[in-house]
Amino acid sequence: MSAHEEFAFDVAVIGAGPAGLSAAVAAAERGAKVVVCDTGTQPGGQFWRHRPESVFPEPDGHGHHGWKTYLDLRARFDAAISRGLLRYLPNTQVWMTEREDAGRFVLRLTPATGTAIEAATVRAAKLVSCTGGYDRQLPLPGWELPGVMAAGGIQAFIKANGTLPGKRFVVAGTGPFLLPVAANIAEAGGKVVAVCESASLANWLPHLGAASGVPGKALEGAEYAGIFAKHRIRYRTRTVVTEVLGESSAKSVRIAKVDADGAVIAGTEQLLEDVDVVGFGWGFTPQVELAVALGATTRIDADGSLVCVVDGQQASNVPGLYLAGEVTGVGGAVLAVAEGLVAGAAAANGEAPSAGTARQIQRHRRFAGAMHRAHPVPEKWDDLLADDTLVCRCEEVSHGEVVHARVELGATDARTMKSFTRTGMGWCQGKVCGFAVSCLSTKGADDAGTEQASLAAFAKRPVAAPLTLGEISTLDSRQPQDS
Amino acid sequence: MSTTPQRITVTLNSKPVGTEQGRSVGAVLMGEGIKAWRTTRNEGKPRGLFCGIGACYDCLVTIDGQPNQRACMVEVCDSMNIEGDFDA
Repeated sequence: MSAHEEFAFDVAVIGAGPAGLSAAVAAAERGAKVVVCDTGTQPGGQFWRHRPESVFPEPDGHGHHGWKTYLDLRARFDAAISRGLLRYLPNTQVWMTEREDAGRFVLRLTPATGTAIEAATVRAAKLVSCTGGYDRQLPLPGWELPGVMAAGGIQAFIKANGTLPGKRFVVAGTGPFLLPVAANIAEAGGKVVAVCESASLANWLPHLGAASGVPGKALEGAEYAGIFAKHRIRYRTRTVVTEVLGESSAKSVRIAKVDADGAVIAGTEQLLEDVDVVGFGWGFTPQVELAVALGATTRIDADGSLVCVVDGQQASNVPGLYLAGEVTGVGGAVLAVAEGLVAGAAAANGEAPSAGTARQIQRHRRFAGAMHRAHPVPEKWDDLLADDTLVCRCEEVSHGEVVHARVELGATDARTMKSFTRTGMGWCQGKVCGFAVSCLSTKGADDAGTEQASLAAFAKRPVAAPLTLGEISTLDSRQPQDS
Repeated sequence: MSTTPQRITVTLNSKPVGTEQGRSVGAVLMGEGIKAWRTTRNEGKPRGLFCGIGACYDCLVTIDGQPNQRACMVEVCDSMNIEGDFDA
């Protein structure tokens, strides 16, 4: 096998979480030569993150949902590797994707950690992008204090390390995801002082039809109710954290009841003392930048996220580009697996999903839609911001600067805001503040397309991961490796 | 899980600290009660773990002389040198 063939594949899959694993397995089992690039050091993604297999070879799946599904996919993934059909590149971040004249995809790679990399470039006829998402954040006073984390970050910490990042926790934001995070904390021995859910659970009432289509979710809910009762966890609805307090790290939080629009109800404020970790999650932000860079069509989903448009085979408008999992709409792991299997099969040989699979995907999408509508970002979330509240953590841009740029300088979309204030120009490239900056920039706009355009412009990051100038300068010298 | 991870030693700003294999650099720092190990370049504010999954770059730290590594993503190994803005 020449070096050329070494790095040329039928199907490239980005991500090894629920969607990526499924896509890879489906494609390889149809005879395609597959490469999987993933930032993790082992398969599983965020959902099935587990302790390092180099140290704990047989994870028991404690605290995980769908672990049997993972074990099945993993066995098939490993079998495809040993049959020589699948090349797995862990600890590998795709920093750029392009389409060559022949329609082939080129993936430029950089190590996620350290400096060693197996391949700097891979090429494939088809691409399945399953890049997942991360917790969506909203700024509030004190959110930059150490001890404030993403809710999913706390869960990842527990899953990966088997320890806790603190002792006394408050978990806040909106959505069912707050429940497993609190449950994981309590089961690991941490004290959950409160779970603050901004929505009212009555929001689910109009959506019971969609919820009943996915009965497994009710079972999960019952499981959390049991864990909450056992650990005496207080689940407060229509409640938000209004401020995190502390000098050099989080020490306490102020909470308050809110009305249906998210405005604080006077007189309901309360101080929760002796809190060292605060976890926030306002749903998830799908990582669409690689797909957007290739020209994938986007839309705004029911949760306000920018997501990519796909057809019944998970195909995007870009020929050969398939998408599965959160990038097509945040919907959880079961949906991601179903979509991944469809995308992998379609990418391998154009196969269409069975009617049953298509129905399953539709049911889960309906459930996700109901979930998003029942757990909206509160309309008046920015009421909590003071002038000096940081909006962009990397570049330390304050709310006051953002408002000034919008009102006085006419920065009414995220891209203009970025130019004027440096929001989103730091290390994370707006991954953390992008949603909030887009909301704050387009505030007051009555055109529904404005927000979409603003978010889409923000998701345009041709270079999807920080890398050194040295890595860019070696691009040309890398070519001979593949040709 | 019945596996017992091996004990290893890492240095935090030159101070040797015992820990075990299979943990992230961030977890080892947090386990020593260190919640922040970087200061922001504009306002000099402390930062540590935030997103916890490699998206936010708040937890950057120098590992074995290589700057700007994400503490949440790097697994510790024996003799690893971890340096940052913290008191060990």
